[in-house]
Amino acid sequence: MASEHSEGDGAETSALALKILVAGGFGVGKTTLVGAVSEIRPLRTEEQLSEVGESIDDVGGVAQKTTTTVAMDFGRITIRSGLSLYLFGTPGQDRFWFLWDELSQGALGAVVLADTRRLEDCFPAVDYFEHRRIPFVVAVNCFAGARTYGAQDVSRALDLDRGTPVVLCDARDRDSGKEVLIRLVEYAGRMHTARLLDSVG
Amino acid sequence: MRKLRGDDPPEPGAQWYDAEAGPLVRPYAMTGGRTSPGPSGVRFDLIALVSLDTAAPETGDDTALGPEHRALIELCRIETQSVAELAADADLPVGVVRVLLGDLLELGVVKVTRPVPPAQLPDEKILREVIDGLRAL
Repeated sequence: MASEHSEGDGAETSALALKILVAGGFGVGKTTLVGAVSEIRPLRTEEQLSEVGESIDDVGGVAQKTTTTVAMDFGRITIRSGLSLYLFGTPGQDRFWFLWDELSQGALGAVVLADTRRLEDCFPAVDYFEHRRIPFVVAVNCFAGARTYGAQDVSRALDLDRGTPVVLCDARDRDSGKEVLIRLVEYAGRMHTARLLDSVG
Repeated sequence: MRKLRGDDPPEPGAQWYDAEAGPLVRPYAMTGGRTSPGPSGVRFDLIALVSLDTAAPETGDDTALGPEHRALIELCRIETQSVAELAADADLPVGVVRVLLGDLLELGVVKVTRPVPPAQLPDEKILREVIDGLRAL
């Protein structure tokens, strides 16, 4: 018991938290995915709109309203004592883009959830992560009743860079969500190694 | 729905505000109007991990601490928590929590573990561990 305790303390001092973003259009299943894989009930955290946000925030018709609260969902997966994965559902509306910059700081990678019935909703997220060279996978949430497309079709339709993984998933299903995260972490590892080699060569 | 009461005596416990009025205390009132953490100027990442400093001085009678400070201390006492979790559990905006944590950090009550720097992804061994851990869930 004593040795177990000291081991725990050792892990505590080097606690490591990794961040994964879940992005995509409104209603595509971001909260559902976070909830399916998280070990805690999905928590919502609120961020007050900053001044930057206020200046671009169109509150036409509601002139007196000077603050808006943005809600972000997040969840946690504990890999072991001292190593946790945090998932953040990014706010869907375009006017909260400024929050993405903070969220994506130091992120391990991102999951872009897509719905094939309105694929264009995930274009902004794809552009965002490509532009900032943040590793991401596209996870196609297979809604019942939606026509199924192959991963290849989606990849071509989104004009993804070669190698960007496309995974078909069911955001409600824990195992399916886990698979998406595994693909992302594997891909992030490959991207990282490739960049290291690039910088050496 | 709010109604103007005429001559009716107010009911005991009746409140003039309701849930629609929003929080009765403006969030940044809890920070004395400050919107960024004190002199140390640290910007707490959402996943920065906060734990109680075991060597911390006793804060029992410290009047510099408000009820929200104490609420955060109590949450950290349960387990090490991320800034995001603290905000959600304490039901406070992240910006407010950052200011309050700045105070606690300066008082030496808490320790904060910064997340991995942006350009520096964790090494392969840790990613392997994450993948194996996810598989085992």
